[in-house]
Amino acid sequence: MAEQVNLSRGFAATITPQQIAQLERASRRENLGRSWYKFSRNILSVVGALTVLALVLLAVFAPYVTPYPKHAGAFVNFAHAKEPPSSQYIFGTDQIGRDIFTRIIFGLRSSLLMGVMVLVLVVPVGVLLGLVAGYFQGTWIDALIMRTTDIFLAVPPLILALAVASVLEPNLWNGMLAVSLMWWPWYTRLVYGLASATRNEFFVSAAEVTGASTAHILFREILPNTISPIFTKMSLDVAWVIIIGSMLSFVGLGVQPPEPSLGTMVADGARYLPDQWWIAVFPALAIVVVVLGFNLLGDGVRDMFAAEGV
Amino acid sequence: MSMLNFLVRRIIYSFFVLLGLSIVIFIIARIMPGDPARMAVGARAPQWVVDQIREQMHLNDPLPVQYGYWLADAVHGDFGLSLVTQRPVTADIREFFPASLELVLVAGLLSALGGIGLGTLSARYKDTWVDNVVRLFSYAGVVTPSFVFAIFFVLIFAWELKWFPVIGRLSEQTPAPPVVTGLITVDSLLAGQFGTFLDALKHLVLPALALAMGAIAQEARITRATMADNLSKDYIAAERALGISEREVTGRFLLKPSLIPTVSILGLDIASTFSIAFLVELIFNWPGLARYGMQSMLNKDLNSISAVILVLGAVFVVVNIIVDIIVAQLDPRIRLSAARSE
Repeated sequence: MAEQVNLSRGFAATITPQQIAQLERASRRENLGRSWYKFSRNILSVVGALTVLALVLLAVFAPYVTPYPKHAGAFVNFAHAKEPPSSQYIFGTDQIGRDIFTRIIFGLRSSLLMGVMVLVLVVPVGVLLGLVAGYFQGTWIDALIMRTTDIFLAVPPLILALAVASVLEPNLWNGMLAVSLMWWPWYTRLVYGLASATRNEFFVSAAEVTGASTAHILFREILPNTISPIFTKMSLDVAWVIIIGSMLSFVGLGVQPPEPSLGTMVADGARYLPDQWWIAVFPALAIVVVVLGFNLLGDGVRDMFAAEGV
Repeated sequence: MSMLNFLVRRIIYSFFVLLGLSIVIFIIARIMPGDPARMAVGARAPQWVVDQIREQMHLNDPLPVQYGYWLADAVHGDFGLSLVTQRPVTADIREFFPASLELVLVAGLLSALGGIGLGTLSARYKDTWVDNVVRLFSYAGVVTPSFVFAIFFVLIFAWELKWFPVIGRLSEQTPAPPVVTGLITVDSLLAGQFGTFLDALKHLVLPALALAMGAIAQEARITRATMADNLSKDYIAAERALGISEREVTGRFLLKPSLIPTVSILGLDIASTFSIAFLVELIFNWPGLARYGMQSMLNKDLNSISAVILVLGAVFVVVNIIVDIIVAQLDPRIRLSAARSE
């Protein structure tokens, strides 16, 4: 009984580390539940999440869910070339008789891979540079990093990405590399702003006076405070990267034939407009669906983080 | 005076950004596998010719020295010969730039008018069906790549309805106006050729609209958001309480402060319009700088690639400075704070 009376004052002394961990877990679970609630309140976010999930599943299991998996490669069947949509080929066939539906599903693979891989390459680099520049604000390190960032931001990313992709061997990986080279500055600039605001907080000063290492301050004190804007930007960026990727393959600087990709399919199909409209139109609609799905999902993630702590 | 000061500082800074960009471009041009001298003379030229060209192109010097030569030439407007057209790159750019500029200007006009118009409409009739239609349209505009718009526009408005021509700047039978500015709409008006002007305008509609769709959508979203935000401000309530008509409140007092973010984004959008023009000009066979740039990229024509990117970088920088001036004009806080810090 006596212990309970003193609870408010002796709280830290009577609670065990296991209990702390337990409390932390409970609060994390509660936060997760609350975030999910915020996310799921908007029906569009849920639609976006389900669309993305469906697209990922289709892409992963493409060989099992498509009617003609062979058509994803260098398959030729002139007897069925340029057939309009029918029950046999729901989106019709292309100029050499391949099922467009099958090729769209296989084409999803490179689009999704592009969206994910570019961010995997870009975010760590961009974030690290932003953290360092923000923490050492006002020094030559800051000047070097941020002025370099300005140079890359001086031209729309698509032009430089096209230029880099054009001097390299055209394929999916070099396309990713080209887009990544142009994408990191956006993260550097985002994190720079956040980090230079956070570095003046008391908990950072506290870590500094207790002799914490620079790495500790950057990654354990400042980084956690920049996480939600980074995630928000990432979730919105996937759609952009997929658009840029489709543009690269549209001009022939991405995935090479016979491998299917949505941008290439639109470009090839455009030559058969207006009579064989389905060759270009269905892949074009597929791009819109993919981008729409990721955009709705991204908006949901943004709302989830934006409302946090309000 | 302070505005001038700000401008001068901005211009000097932009100059260094462009210098940095030239280094990036030079590096990109040099990471390409293969010998630039061999590519300049072709695969069948004898080795001694290649060696001679290597010496002429300073390719035997260390990279920083090569950069120095390249930059000195570039500053004098000499980017070398284009491998594709076999003409000086500068001449090519002079020929193709006006076509792109005309297209981008019309697209910029469309996105400013369309975006601000739709955004205002949406904010004025917030939460009604008008608002919902505009928001749905904005969403579609943001998620659809420009080349997809271009293809749908060609299919629907050019092939099916036959309202607009499919490719080019003028129809074959239309006489081209004498070149003054290079902008056919302007030149034809100067020459008094009204028919040519109309024909040029008809050719502009679809590509400019395809370019502008994304920007229209984005500006409509931003205008709506800022307006809706400003609508709940005290000063609007005060004006309403004073009995100022709703129309005047919207048109005079709400629009101007709400345009600041829109104008900032518009600048970025016009610049990125130049980049998506790379695809749209290809689709409409528009003889502009972007199509020229795209063709040089596909042919690995390094001299033209470097020049095109540098020119577009310069355009981007100029547009941003103009945007800064307009924003300062719209926002008295920026002007006053600049004056106070003086």
